[in-house]
Amino acid sequence: MSRAALLVLADGRFPAGGHAHSGGAEPAVAAGRIKDAATLESFCRGRLHTTGLVAAALAAAAAAGCDPLLLDDAADARTPVPALRQVARRLGRQMMRAARATWPDPALDALAAARPRGAHQPVVLGLAARSAGLSPQDAAYAVAYESLSGPATAAVRLLSLDPFDATAVLAHLAADVDRVAEQGAAAGERVAAEGADVLPAASAPLLDITAEAHAAWPVRLFAS
Amino acid sequence: MHLDHHETFPERHTYSAAAPVRADGRRRALRIGLGGPVGTGKTATVAALCRALRDELSLAVVTNDIYTREDAEFLLREAVLPAERISAVETGACPHTAIRDDISANLEAVEDLEDTVGPLDLILVESGGDNLTATFSKGLVDFQIFVIDVAGGDDIPRKGGPGVTTADLLVINKTDLAPYVGVDLAGMARDAKAQRGELPVAFTALKTENGVRPVSDWVRARLADWTAGPA
Repeated sequence: MSRAALLVLADGRFPAGGHAHSGGAEPAVAAGRIKDAATLESFCRGRLHTTGLVAAALAAAAAAGCDPLLLDDAADARTPVPALRQVARRLGRQMMRAARATWPDPALDALAAARPRGAHQPVVLGLAARSAGLSPQDAAYAVAYESLSGPATAAVRLLSLDPFDATAVLAHLAADVDRVAEQGAAAGERVAAEGADVLPAASAPLLDITAEAHAAWPVRLFAS
Repeated sequence: MHLDHHETFPERHTYSAAAPVRADGRRRALRIGLGGPVGTGKTATVAALCRALRDELSLAVVTNDIYTREDAEFLLREAVLPAERISAVETGACPHTAIRDDISANLEAVEDLEDTVGPLDLILVESGGDNLTATFSKGLVDFQIFVIDVAGGDDIPRKGGPGVTTADLLVINKTDLAPYVGVDLAGMARDAKAQRGELPVAFTALKTENGVRPVSDWVRARLADWTAGPA
């Protein structure tokens, strides 16, 4: 398989539903915590090293061939709030639809049958990467990058932020993405031998709290 | 490299508009999209269609509000369908993306409606109010209706754009306002004909008795073709 499949998977236009989600940026903008490129960068760095790292490791483990149902339980255990569990499963279901159409594979069919309402998105993405012939590290890269690109795109829409500044933020964080993808891949590849407890469990409590509050907003631009 | 596929193409599992049959072997519902600029009467058209067709067909509606649940709530308040037959999709500030570029959330809503309240004959997918370039993906709907109104200016059909030019039905609504906004309906019809060739145009005044009739008749004809087609 071709390494270029990673570009297809990581493309922000990959039709898997991500465009309707801000990754916590919408409540952070409303609270004034994201107000310009500098604060967007801080927000993204925090998200990358917490939930981004956990998601990268889950994806890497799935891409390495670990049992996706075991990983799905591990993802639940690392996602304390119901709002974010629901979002992860909804995005997982949408990723599953796109992945099965793009890289058909019995392993994807089996997970879709076992979790018809959706498995956690990073687990599905990792399995999709495996179906595309990509490595665990590739999967970790795609997820780590996505943990930044979602909020950055949302901030452009929410703040009318200069899109060049937002893209520069993504470039500034490239070395951090490298580190998180490597850490995530290293943890993910240990799961087969050592079990799911080796997966990182970093959390961002403020993202959890604001996600739960945001889910109850009557008027909002993004689904999460 | 063989150009002929000896095996059938892998099943896509997207339940896209390309496949008329669901995984369980039943014919899926016909899907019709309604798009058009803000305030032209898309939701009012959906409500009127539901009232006109709900006694003869099993119906459901998917709304794509831009930042609220107002369209879904309007349909609920007007009680045009039971609540379980109306589903609201959130679009992340980009209504055209959700109906064209990344249709996954809408496909999921359609699929869930068929699973929970099906079997359905017809699902109406209403876009959030957008601009003249917004069109539905063929992976999401079988036919699309583009709704404009006379109050938006009688030059809209002349300006064209993908919605006006290619929609399966162009609805020009609020014709009852034409005298008050100085609009020449015959001129709009001529311009629409020039842009659309043989594709149909319906003039409506939803405030009048049976005002949605030209649209509901068109929908019935599409449904008759759909039901007669290969399953």
